[in-house]
Amino acid sequence: MSLIDNLARLDAATTGRAQPRATVRHRHLSQRPLVFVPLITAGEAGAPLGALIGTERTSPRLLTVAQPRDRDLRFAFLSRLAEILLPYVESYADDVEPAERTEADPETGKRVKVEVELCADAPQLIVPSRTGIEFVRLLGRSMRFRRTAEQDPDAPYPAPPRVPLLGRWLTHYGERSRVPGSSLLLAMTDLLSRHWATGQSSLEEQHLGALLAWIEAPEGTSGADAALRAELARDADGQLLCPPAGPATDPAFDNQLLAPAIERHDRARTALAAAADGVEADALLASLGAAEREIDALVASRTRPTWDAVWRGLDALCTLPEAPHTVDRWRGDRWSFTGHRDRVAAGEPPQPRVDDAVTAANKLATREREQARLDAQEALDDPLVMAGRRLAGEAFAGEVTDVVMAYSEGRAPRPRPLVTVRTPDRPQLDEGVKAYRSLAGKPQSFQFVTHTPDGALVLRLLDKMGRGKEPEPGSVPEVGDHVCWTLFEHEQRGGPRLPDPEDTPWTHGGPPETAATTPAVGTPPAPVGDRPDPVTAEDIL
Amino acid sequence: MPPQSLDARALAALAANPGCGRRALLDGAGVPKAALAQALGSPSGFGQSQFAFMRGHAFEARVKADGGTELLRLTHACLGGGPEPEPGAASVPDLTAAGPEGRAARTELALDEASAARTWTLLDHPMLALDVAGTPAFLEPDAVVVAPDGTWTVVEIKSFPMIDGSADAAKVGAAARQSAVYVLALEQVARRLDPAPEVRHRALLVCPKDFSNLPTASAVDVRKQLAVTRRQLSRLTRVEDIAATLAPGTTFDVTRPAAELAAAVDAVPATYAPECLAACELAFHCRDRARAAGELTSLGRSLRADLGTLATIDEALAAARGEAGDPDDPAVSALRRAGALRAEALAGGVRCP
Amino acid sequence: MNPVPFPFPANPASFDPGAEATRATDAILRDTLDGAHRGVVVDSPPGAGKSTLVVRAALELAAAGRPLMVVAQTNAQVDDLVLRLAEKNSDLPVGRLHSSDPDPYDKALDALPNVRKSAKVGDLSGLDVVVSTAAKWGHVKDVEPWRHAIVDEAYQMRSDALLAVAGLFERALFVGDPGQLDPFAIAEAEQWAGLAYDPSASAVTTLLAHNPGLPQHRLPVSWRLPASAAPLVSDAFYPFTPFRSGTEHADRALDFAVPSDGSGPDRVIDEAALSGWGLLELPARHTPRTDPEAVRAVALVVRRLLDRGGAATSERAPEPVPLTADRIAVGTAHRDQAAAVRGALAALGVVDVTVDTANRLQGREFDVTVVLHPLSGRPDATAFHLETGRLCVLASRHRHACIVVCRAGVDTLLDDHPSTEPVQLGVTVKFPDGWEANHAILSRLAHHRIPWP
Repeated sequence: MSLIDNLARLDAATTGRAQPRATVRHRHLSQRPLVFVPLITAGEAGAPLGALIGTERTSPRLLTVAQPRDRDLRFAFLSRLAEILLPYVESYADDVEPAERTEADPETGKRVKVEVELCADAPQLIVPSRTGIEFVRLLGRSMRFRRTAEQDPDAPYPAPPRVPLLGRWLTHYGERSRVPGSSLLLAMTDLLSRHWATGQSSLEEQHLGALLAWIEAPEGTSGADAALRAELARDADGQLLCPPAGPATDPAFDNQLLAPAIERHDRARTALAAAADGVEADALLASLGAAEREIDALVASRTRPTWDAVWRGLDALCTLPEAPHTVDRWRGDRWSFTGHRDRVAAGEPPQPRVDDAVTAANKLATREREQARLDAQEALDDPLVMAGRRLAGEAFAGEVTDVVMAYSEGRAPRPRPLVTVRTPDRPQLDEGVKAYRSLAGKPQSFQFVTHTPDGALVLRLLDKMGRGKEPEPGSVPEVGDHVCWTLFEHEQRGGPRLPDPEDTPWTHGGPPETAATTPAVGTPPAPVGDRPDPVTAEDIL
Repeated sequence: MPPQSLDARALAALAANPGCGRRALLDGAGVPKAALAQALGSPSGFGQSQFAFMRGHAFEARVKADGGTELLRLTHACLGGGPEPEPGAASVPDLTAAGPEGRAARTELALDEASAARTWTLLDHPMLALDVAGTPAFLEPDAVVVAPDGTWTVVEIKSFPMIDGSADAAKVGAAARQSAVYVLALEQVARRLDPAPEVRHRALLVCPKDFSNLPTASAVDVRKQLAVTRRQLSRLTRVEDIAATLAPGTTFDVTRPAAELAAAVDAVPATYAPECLAACELAFHCRDRARAAGELTSLGRSLRADLGTLATIDEALAAARGEAGDPDDPAVSALRRAGALRAEALAGGVRCP
Repeated sequence: MNPVPFPFPANPASFDPGAEATRATDAILRDTLDGAHRGVVVDSPPGAGKSTLVVRAALELAAAGRPLMVVAQTNAQVDDLVLRLAEKNSDLPVGRLHSSDPDPYDKALDALPNVRKSAKVGDLSGLDVVVSTAAKWGHVKDVEPWRHAIVDEAYQMRSDALLAVAGLFERALFVGDPGQLDPFAIAEAEQWAGLAYDPSASAVTTLLAHNPGLPQHRLPVSWRLPASAAPLVSDAFYPFTPFRSGTEHADRALDFAVPSDGSGPDRVIDEAALSGWGLLELPARHTPRTDPEAVRAVALVVRRLLDRGGAATSERAPEPVPLTADRIAVGTAHRDQAAAVRGALAALGVVDVTVDTANRLQGREFDVTVVLHPLSGRPDATAFHLETGRLCVLASRHRHACIVVCRAGVDTLLDDHPSTEPVQLGVTVKFPDGWEANHAILSRLAHHRIPWP
C-alpha cells in the first residue's frame, strides 16, 4: 500500500467513514452475476452446511445439508448446486463472436492465425470473502475426480450425474481467480477494499459486514461505530447480530443452535426408519420435515445477511464508473471461459491434481504478465492510482515548457525532438531511462536526457511521429501541454515460449509421467493425475 | 483461579507479538486472559465449535487406534528410525499418574526405558515440563514416538486436511511452532539421560488425507522455529521480576470490579497490532485502547514504516496538512506530497494523457 | 546429493588456500570435461573466483573443440564475461547474442575483433563460445542443441527461466552463490511450493531435486573477504558449506595518513581499519527509510575515508594502493535510500563512489564498503528487510573493511519480530534464516561499536 492509500486510511479513521482508493471501478461487473454464499461445517474439510445462491437479489435459492456428515445428503446438495450453477454457466456458452487466435500449425509448426469462437460474455461468480474463493477451489477439487454411475458402473458411492462437471468448472474458476485483474470469480471484500480504505487494518477488512459498514455510513454518521457493531454485537442469546460471511460459522451458533437442531433431525430420522406402520411414519415424517425446516431456517438466518451485504456491495461498486481498461481484461476472462468450454466439449479429462512443470511455469508467467498489466492499466485509468505511482517516483506529470526540434544521426535522420518538462514530482530518473506517455491509447516512448540547471527535465521523443522527416501533427507535445509520463511500460511483452510438456527437459525431470509410462496391471489405463480419490465406507466427503 | 500453563494459545500469542509487555506479564504470571477479557467487557471471541472438537478427537483416536499401528507406520515411512514396525507389536506404556508433576516423571521414566529397549514405542499424551523463566510449564504433546534407533520424534495430530500433499501453510506454521516447544522440552529430558538420546528436529505432522478421514503425514523441519523459540523463551522475564515492576497490591483477580481491573491491565504497556486479534484473548481490549489513543499501529504494522517518529493518526494527519511537523523530515514531506497528490487526483486530477 | 567432502585439514596452520582452490577447480573441470553426469553444480561464496572459473571452463571446453553456450542473468554480466574471455584469449571466436533494444551491449565490445555481436543466433553459429542472457536465450528456437553450456549466477536464476533454455543444451556447468538474493515472483506462486519444479524456486533447487546424483562442488576460498570477515560471513550465511579467507590478517592493512579528529566517523573508520568491521551507532529513533541523520552519517564516513588519505596494503601489489573513490561503495536496501545518499555525497563534493542497493551490488567488489543497515530506524522488520541474501550481499563486498551505519535498537526490533511465518509442506527450509543471520552479524558488530554523537 502506498502512502496515498495509507493517508486515505488515516482520513477514514478520523472521519469515521471510508475514503476512496480509486476514482473508477477497476473490475468488470457482470449484468447478471451469480452470487454464492456458502457455509461449511467446522472441522470438516469441504463439508458444506448450506448456501444461498442465485442471480436474483430478492429470491436466492437456499440449499442445506441437514446432516453434513451424511454422504447422501451431501451429494443431494452438490447435485442441486450443479442444477443451479451449470445452467447458469452454460447459458453463456452459445452466444459467440468470431475471433482470431495465434496457434502453432500442427503440420508446419509455424505460428498462424486461426479463426475461432469467443464467447460474447462470461458467467461471473461472486462470493463474500477470500475464504469463499478458497472454498470454491476446495469444492472443485473434491468433485472433479468423482465418478458417476454412468462413467463407472462399479464406482463405490457414485456421484450424482453432473457433480464431476461442476467440480471442473469450479476448479477452473478458482484457478482463474489467481490471475491478477481477472473477474470470473471475485470476493466482495477484495472488491470493496480495492476501491475504499477504511479506518481499520486490512486484516479487519476481511469482515464483510464491518467493511460495508464503513463504506455505507451516511454523511454525519459513524461507520466506525457501525463496523464495531457488525463485528462484535451479540443478541441476548449470545448470537452475533451480523453473522460472519462464512464459509465458517460462529462457534456460538454451532454449539447453541445448530448442534441441537441437527440432533433433533437425526432423532427424527432414526425414529422414522424404525416406524412400525404407515400412520406412525406419517407423523414421524412430519416431525422430520419440521426438523429439516428448522435447519433450513437456521442456515437462512446466517446466510441472508451476507447475501444482502454482497448485493449492497455491488450497489456501492456500481456508483463508480467502469475503468476503460477493464474491457480488455474482461476479454481475457472471456477467452479463459471459452477455452474451458472447449476443453469440456472436447471430452478432455479433469484438471490434474498437480500441475506439471511446464503448466506451472506458463501459469506463473501469465500471472506475472497480468500483474504488470494490471498495475499499468489501473494507473492509466485512474488519477488516484497514478498519484501513488507519481509519489513513488514511477511516474511524473508536468507542463511542457519547451520543445526543440532535433534529429537522429545517420544517413536518414529521423525526428527526435527534445521536450523540456517542469514537474513537481521526483521521478527516479537515471541516465537513459525510458518514459512513456499515452497517445491516443498507445504508448509513446521518450528517453530521459538531462536535468536543466533550474530543475526541469529534458526528454527525447523517440517514436509515433509518422514516417516523414517532419513529425505528424499532434504527435509531439506542445509548449503549455500538461502531460503525464510513466517510467513503467504500458503494455507487457510476452515471455519466452516454453517447451511442450512432452518436451520437458532433463533439468526438470523430463516429460511428466503418463499412463503409457506407468502401466497399471489389470486396471484400465487412467492418467495418473486423474484417478478418483479413495473412498471409505464412513460418512466423509 | 490456578495459573494457566503455557498452552498453545499462549504460544501463538507469543509468536504473534513477542514484544508486547502486557502479554508477557499476563502469560508469564499465568493469568487466565480469556476470563480477564470477559471481566473487562471485551470478550475474546475465541471459541471452538463442538463439530470441530468432535472431529478432532475422532481423528486423533483413529490415528492412534490398534496400539498406534498406523501412527508408527507413518512415522517410519516419513522419518525412518529403524526396521519397519510390526502391526500391534509396539510398546504403548501407561503414563497415568497423579498431577502434572507425577505425569511428567512417569513420562521421563517411560522415555528412558523406551530408549534403552530400542523398540518402537508410542507415548500417548505424555506430559513434559519445560523450564520457562524459572517456573516449570507443563506441556502435553499429542504423542512422542521413540524409534528403535533411539531417536525421539514429536507427533502433532491435526484435523485440517492435507490435500494433494499440501496443507494450509498458516496452520502448518502454528503446528511447527508448537512442535518446536515440545522438542525443547524433550531435549531438557534427554539431557538428563546418559547417553542423551537424539530428539529429532523434524516433527511428524499427521492430518486427514484429502477429503477422507484416513491419516497421512509429513515431516516438518522445525529448526527455524526452535532457534526463535529458544531465544524467545530465554528472554522471558522471571515472574517475580515482573511482579516487582508493578505497583504494590496490583491484582489481575477477575472477580475485582472492571474499572479496577482495567487500571491494573492498562498500567502494563501493550504493543497492540491487528495480528493480535487472531492470537491473544485480550486483543479486543487492547484494540479499544489503541484506537482511542489513535495509535497508527492499530491500522496495521506496515503503516508505521513510512512515518518515522509519527506514532499517532492525529500527528500524521497534522503533518500531512502542514499544520505540524518539520518539513525537512522526509516522513513529513512525503506525507505532504502524498496529501497534495491525493487532493489533486480526487479533484479531477491529471489524467494520462 | 553428492557433496564433496569438505577439504579443510584439521590443522588450520597447514591450510594452503592456493592449493585447496586449485584442487577444487581441477575437480570441477574434470567433472565438466570428462564427467559422466549431465550437470555439475558449483557453489561459490563471495569472491571465491567464480568468474575466473567460468572463463577458464569456457576456454578449456573451447580448446577441447567443444563449442558451448553461456547463460548469464543480466546484460552487464554477459558483457563482463565476454570482456574477460577476450582478455584471456583474444583469438577466441566469441558470439555476443543480444536483444533488439537500443544499446543492447557494452560499447567496449566493439573494440574486440574476435567478438561477433548479433540479435540473431544464426549469425553466430560456428563460434566457439556464444554468450547471452537467460531472457534472450529463452527466445532462441529451432537450433541444434549445444553439447555444453555454462549457466552463471544459477542461484539467482528462476526455475522457469531454466525451463525455457534447458532444451538448448545437453549438459551444463551451473555456477553461483547460494548465499545471495533469491529470485522472486511478483505473482502468486504458493500453490507450487514444495513441488520439485516450483517455477518460482531457484534453478539449482529444481535441478538438484530432479537430479540428486549430480556432483556438487564448492570453491573453498574467498580471495576477496579478508581474514576478519570470512569466518563471520561463512558462519552466518554458509553454515553447511563453510569457506576460508585466502589471506591472513597480516596480508591486508588499511592505513590513513591523516589522524583521527576524534569524531564518530573518524573513530569508526579507525576501528574498521584495525578490525575489518565498524558500527557507527546513532541514537535509537524510528525514522523513515531515508533517515536524514543516518544518510548524512554515511556520507560523512565516505567523505572522511577519502579525505584521510587511505592506503590499502594487500597481496595484490607490493606497495600500498591509495584508497580512491572507485574503491569505495555504499550499500543500501532501497533505491530511495541510495538516491538520498547520492544526494548527500554530492553535497559534500563526493562523486564517483558507487552507491547502490544490495540487488545491484551483487557480484561486485570494493576495498571498503559503507552500509546503511536495512533495519536501521525501522519500527518493524519485514521479510524483505530480513532476507538473508540482502544482508549477505551487503556484508561481503569488501576486501578490507565494512562500516555499518545503524540506529540503536535493532536487536530489540529483531526480538520483537513476530515469528508467525507460514510453513509449506515439502519445502526445504532455507538455512540460515535472516532473523538468525541478522542476530549473528549484530552481535559481532557490537564489538566494534562507536556510538555517535
